[in-house]
Amino acid sequence: MDKNISFTLKVWRQRGPKEKGHFQTIPVKDMPGDTSFLEMLDIVNEELINKGEEPIVFDHDCREGICGMCSLYINGHPHGPATGATTCQIYIRRFNDGDVVTVEPWRSAGFPVIRDLMVDRGAYDKIMQAGGYVSVNTGGIPDANAIPIPKPIADEAMDAAACIGCGACAAACKNGSAMLFVSAKVSQLALLPQGKVEAARRAKAMLAKMDELGFGNCTNTRACEAECPKCISISNIARLNREFIAAKLAD
Amino acid sequence: MATIDSKIPEGALAEKWTNYKAHQKLVNPANKRRLDIIVVGTGLAGASAAASLGALGFKVLNFCIQDSPRRAHSIAAQGGINAAKNYQNYGDSVSRLFYDTIKGGDYRAREANVYRLAEVSNAIIDQCVAQGVPFAREYGGLLDNRSFGGAQVSRTFYARGQTGQQLLLGAYSALSREVQRGNVKLYTRHEMLDVVLVKDSEGVERARGILARNLVTGKIERFAAHAVVIGTGGYGNTYFLSTNAMGCNGSAAMQCYRKGAYFANPCFAQIHPTCIPVHGDKQSKLTLMSESLRNDGRIWVPKKIEDAKALQAGTKKPTDIPDEDRDFYLERRYPAFGNLVPRDVASRAAKERCDAGFGVNNTGLAVFLDFKYAIERLGEDVVRARYGNLFDMYEEITDENPYKTPMMIFPAIHYTMGGIWVDYELMTSIKGLFAIGEANFSDHGANRLGASALMQGLADGYFVLPYTIQNYLSDQIQVPRFSTDLPEFEAAEKALKARINKLMSIKGNRSVDSIHKELGHVMWDFVGMGRTKESLTTAIAKLKEVRKTFYSDLRIPGSADDLNVELEKALRLEDFIGIGELMAYDALNREESCGGHFREEHQTPEGEALRHDDKFSYVACWKYTGEGNEPELIKEDLNYQFTKVQTRNYKN
Amino acid sequence: MWLSNSSIGRKVVMSVTGLALILFLTFHMAMNLVAIFSGDAYNMICEFLGANWYALVATAGLAALVVIHIVYAFWLTMQNRAARGSERYAVSAKPKGVEWASQNMLVLGIIVVLGLALHLFNFWAKMQLPEVLHMLGMHVDTTNVANGVYHIANTFSCPVYSILYLVWLVALWFHLTHGFWSALHTLGWNNKIWFERWRMIGNIYSTIVVLGFAVVVLYYWLCGGAC
Repeated sequence: MDKNISFTLKVWRQRGPKEKGHFQTIPVKDMPGDTSFLEMLDIVNEELINKGEEPIVFDHDCREGICGMCSLYINGHPHGPATGATTCQIYIRRFNDGDVVTVEPWRSAGFPVIRDLMVDRGAYDKIMQAGGYVSVNTGGIPDANAIPIPKPIADEAMDAAACIGCGACAAACKNGSAMLFVSAKVSQLALLPQGKVEAARRAKAMLAKMDELGFGNCTNTRACEAECPKCISISNIARLNREFIAAKLAD
Repeated sequence: MATIDSKIPEGALAEKWTNYKAHQKLVNPANKRRLDIIVVGTGLAGASAAASLGALGFKVLNFCIQDSPRRAHSIAAQGGINAAKNYQNYGDSVSRLFYDTIKGGDYRAREANVYRLAEVSNAIIDQCVAQGVPFAREYGGLLDNRSFGGAQVSRTFYARGQTGQQLLLGAYSALSREVQRGNVKLYTRHEMLDVVLVKDSEGVERARGILARNLVTGKIERFAAHAVVIGTGGYGNTYFLSTNAMGCNGSAAMQCYRKGAYFANPCFAQIHPTCIPVHGDKQSKLTLMSESLRNDGRIWVPKKIEDAKALQAGTKKPTDIPDEDRDFYLERRYPAFGNLVPRDVASRAAKERCDAGFGVNNTGLAVFLDFKYAIERLGEDVVRARYGNLFDMYEEITDENPYKTPMMIFPAIHYTMGGIWVDYELMTSIKGLFAIGEANFSDHGANRLGASALMQGLADGYFVLPYTIQNYLSDQIQVPRFSTDLPEFEAAEKALKARINKLMSIKGNRSVDSIHKELGHVMWDFVGMGRTKESLTTAIAKLKEVRKTFYSDLRIPGSADDLNVELEKALRLEDFIGIGELMAYDALNREESCGGHFREEHQTPEGEALRHDDKFSYVACWKYTGEGNEPELIKEDLNYQFTKVQTRNYKN
Repeated sequence: MWLSNSSIGRKVVMSVTGLALILFLTFHMAMNLVAIFSGDAYNMICEFLGANWYALVATAGLAALVVIHIVYAFWLTMQNRAARGSERYAVSAKPKGVEWASQNMLVLGIIVVLGLALHLFNFWAKMQLPEVLHMLGMHVDTTNVANGVYHIANTFSCPVYSILYLVWLVALWFHLTHGFWSALHTLGWNNKIWFERWRMIGNIYSTIVVLGFAVVVLYYWLCGGAC
């Protein structure tokens, strides 16, 4: 059985994007180890509500590590101390009695804070809209097995496609770069014959949008890869670079 | 009494959809630009519909409550999507997929709709592959399939354990393209809080818009359109604990219901057999372990009650129990399908064992899913390759290693087959209001087969609604764009603000979640896996109390004109209470057992579900009669013309 | 122009100039090693690379590479700081697998530039520069302009200079270990398999280059060039 853990929660509170934020310190007593991190925040919120205070605002939805909605920066790591897991998949048993647990929002110019720990990740949607698709209409499609795709290629595309668009890459990056996100989508579609047709256009359009939205320049520190909850590889960034440079040289 | 016209086209089953498409009315390209369509929801159904309608040239307004369309809970579907491709040469066909779905739904689905679903299933796979969905492939480069519960052919296409994610990202990318082309306008962090009906010149009420709350600013915003499409998913969170995402809700459906749309078969909720058991009262949601685990895992409880007691007390470990003392109850009861029986059957069998005292964890509410045999047969590496990510997830949550000790699982609420009533054209009983995906009721009858939800969501969005909505819109082309200053919008907004103010001014002592948990307990205990007349009558009484607590003791901090998560939850909870009541009324009315609905009074001597086709072969459509009043029942007869209705048999 | 208005383009400039500088370092290092084996041979090279037109063109090219590399480094860093947003994390931890060098390239680069300044003062200002000034008609002493060995022995006989040079070389090593594979990665010449290979090759290469320089420093410092 899991034991109960007591610790100090230091959580970022901020009313709005333009307002000044601060840390609120909340002691947490006897939290069962099998409580998930977000359930712990639910419990803390319940106590705040009972005291007549406003609850801590944070994004979350599926709570099984796939929707990409949860987004906390816990003790210096996006999605907390575990590797290959999202915030909602972190359990209290990972922490020790007496720990100070600092929770911050994603901090990046591309992700302005909305309230407390909730940030606006609309920039990722805009990057996708710039070209993160195969231009096909509904219907009139050849049979799914018309083009065989070698299994290793399909698997590699799937590795890239596992990205959940949570924003941890840009949050972890000291340069505030969204390259891992952009490269994962560009890679997935560039690898598959269906997406190859417009690969050059896609790479240029998505990168231009990323730059325009104020994300930084990638300097290959690999922090994104290390913190990515889906372990997306930076080899995708190399592929994006390749696609982009080739496209520009061909122009 | 109102009558129901489900508008099923004439002709043989296999020709209905072809005939419909050949004779339906279309809207020409120049007119499409002048027609606005609101699509609420960006899951598989909503995103695929918005993208397809946008590609056709309609002006689409697409809404979601999350920060991005890609967060919709379709993303969490793990296992796969069915299609009748017959790539594996197992003898699959459209009619077999149709038959399996009808039978899986326990003969409570509409034949014509299900046949159409099976018919368009193959096009979905083609569409997704063209979008760049990286389905699993074999070494020859062609698509791979896996098996799923309720079918004897291998027809499920998958992308690792993330099929829902990949299909949703495909639809989301198509949607993103239409946003870029200016055909779709996205409204994220917007929650629909009412549907607005406007009378036309002939006095017919039509859905002409919605009110939505901007979740960041708290402002109520008005949106007008020529038609409204609801793709907001199911209402499983009525039970508080479910496999649904925290934000999943039945509010859009309830708003339609309150405006006159029928709510069909609300009591048909699916309980998924393979979820991680509840661990404590602070738990916020239940985690699903993919049904695909049942391909290689064997489900068991101890044969001897003393072993079960020892497991519950923690004095014995599962590995201490020898094979001969293990009761593989699914294999024992259903030799033909074994561990791959449909979900409702597997869930009930687990409940039956636990009720008899054979549960294996400290609460006595869990059974084992054991991979020991698969590891012996295939080796740990193969098992790791197939299920590694699921095993890791299990270990992170429970702190137990499933390679060494069997997993513990228990059923949990997962999907709702019931929903807004729609006709063959997916139009509700309100003109111009459509419902697609899990939000409607149409295709799964009383039970949904695994890997069919993704199929239905995408079928509705890509291949059905874009046709049928034109049949409605073709006579709307003369109608100019609406102003949101119409008195109907004014009145709706006034009523909505009054509703919000009412909740804000209760200023009681209970948080939304605490009342929601109370609702969940009532639902699970009295409208859960096994229902009786008595339990349902109790439920209705208890739900009245929950409603009273809600209106007298709710506390919402903060202000309504601002970001306010507690207010969002309170509005949803108010609707969940209404849905809970609807479910209880419907379950009480349906005096038979079928699919996900099990009335303990109606079972065979072996404990299997007992249907009463003579009395209950109908869709129960509930019509709103005012807040707190008993709703009115309208029946749509399920006139089975092409299928022989049988008792479901997974034994041989 | 995509080399200045796209993030990958800017990185390509860093990458290409960086690789060119690595190539230069390799030649320079090889040349230095000659000083250990034969002072005369080394001085011949110094003569050859004196104020001849080709050497001057190469020097100008080299200077341009360095300047572009530095200007882009500051430009990118400014943009990247802006992209981080106004608020900094209160707690930050270095994730596993992240090299220290990769997150401190600018600091390392600044140390390298300071070392370069020292180096220019110690050698270039006494060798090629006086020659050029002389050619321009100025009155300067040109006795030792091609006597490289003399300058080496002179400089490294001073322990302060030797230690500063060694610090400089350590910073250069860190800068190169990241710079090498990162440059290739930026150009797109990388994938999952080559990732570890390039890193290993980069580490070995940087070590050889830096050791080659260090050996000359140590040789002249500890043995006065005569053991």
